[in-house]
Amino acid sequence: MSSSRLLFDEPGPRARRRIRVATALTLLGGAVLVALALRQFGENGQLAADRWRPYGTWPMWRYLLEGLRSTLYAAAVSIALAMAAGIALALGRLSPARWLRVPSAAYVEIVRTVPALLLVYVVLFALPKYGLDLPLFWKLVVPLTVSNAAAFAEIFRAGIRSVERGQLEAGLALGLTRGRAMRLVVLPQAARRVLPSLVSQSAGLLKDTSLGYVVSYAELLYSGKVLANYNHLLIQTYLVIALIYLVINASLAKLARTLEARQRTRPSRAVREAAAAARP
Amino acid sequence: MNVITDHLGEFGDGLLLTVELTLLALAGALATGTAVAAMRVSPVRVLRAAGMAYVEVLQNIPLLVWLVIAVFGLPEIGVIAGLFTTSAVVIALYQGAYTAEAIRSGINAVPAGQGEAARALGLTFVQSLRLVVLPQALRTVVQPLGNIAIMTLMNTALAAAVGVVELTAAANRVNLAEAQPIWIFVTAGLAYMALSAVFGLVTGGLERKLAILR
Repeated sequence: MSSSRLLFDEPGPRARRRIRVATALTLLGGAVLVALALRQFGENGQLAADRWRPYGTWPMWRYLLEGLRSTLYAAAVSIALAMAAGIALALGRLSPARWLRVPSAAYVEIVRTVPALLLVYVVLFALPKYGLDLPLFWKLVVPLTVSNAAAFAEIFRAGIRSVERGQLEAGLALGLTRGRAMRLVVLPQAARRVLPSLVSQSAGLLKDTSLGYVVSYAELLYSGKVLANYNHLLIQTYLVIALIYLVINASLAKLARTLEARQRTRPSRAVREAAAAARP
Repeated sequence: MNVITDHLGEFGDGLLLTVELTLLALAGALATGTAVAAMRVSPVRVLRAAGMAYVEVLQNIPLLVWLVIAVFGLPEIGVIAGLFTTSAVVIALYQGAYTAEAIRSGINAVPAGQGEAARALGLTFVQSLRLVVLPQALRTVVQPLGNIAIMTLMNTALAAAVGVVELTAAANRVNLAEAQPIWIFVTAGLAYMALSAVFGLVTGGLERKLAILR
């Protein structure tokens, strides 16, 4: 908690009393909010047990987990494609060749300022008019890939630039071509350094798959829409779905934080081994 | 190109709504973000926990899910507000979580001596935050806040999915009537790019004016 120590010291007796009062007030405020919410739910009959009971049954969860599986599948395919495109764009943007550098930079700068939903509409309504009617799955994955490739490109570019120049030069000195030096020497180090950012961008992409709601691809949110249309348990369904997203994404965010903390505290394996070898 | 000039009104209305939505959401996000960041650095443990929970819950659930819950779910429990108001509030609260994280990183970048000096002068927690720490913290995070502004602009498009006729939805409507997708969607894309460029310029200007050299 060292970071939050900026604005307060070890409290004395008076400060402690004040903190106790503030704690009590906060808890009271929270309780009032929860009570108000429950009252709204209760008055509108949304607390009735039979409106919630379906969510304790297996068929319901099997259906929702099926939606979650589609979400994860779409996210995984899109992450893989967007990362590959991101690496290509990052290398293009850092390349000495102008004809690669300019288009890569233009792609990243343009796509970063166009909403993903607009890209979804383009794939949904524009491409079919020109004879390109993609299957449902790709109608979701293609726009997500196009928009996230730009974000991944910027992450990889930052990673590559953080690798010391000497690494590339050493690779070239060993007689590797520029491409192989990048692939064998620089990229592995860059990827390891930006791993936490890659994980959090992937979590962001997973959130974007909820655009399946617009595409009618049966991922988690669209499955919820279909379910709510069928059983009319609207708010219950969407709250359960929000909870599923929360669990999945919070785990991913935690993973990103763990990776980041580990990188900060522990030197990389190469450094450790070198240190061990140097020890007499 | 006739499609665009014929429907200039629709595009203009959509653009106006996008700008309004973005500015309202940004103002709300800045207020929410400042409050939540203050909670997260306060000496009261419950407040710190509440601030952290707010950020976790808001950031880890997709914005579209929040919009769907607010627009279709809230009327079910008797909370009814206009479509535009609901979307603006939801986007503000969602971006507020990101703003809070940006401001908190700015607070952490303020040298510890500043906080200590404020306390040595006898300022209370709220006073030292408001008068000493926050002004410095906000100046260091102009660039991240500019990125959040552009992210907010992008995210207002999601309001189209729940029925707000902002720029993206307007483009879609014009396309349904005219069936000339390329020009229509390119125009909408260019409008978004122009708005982002404006945000970028404003951020750059503020940065030059406010940045503290350390």
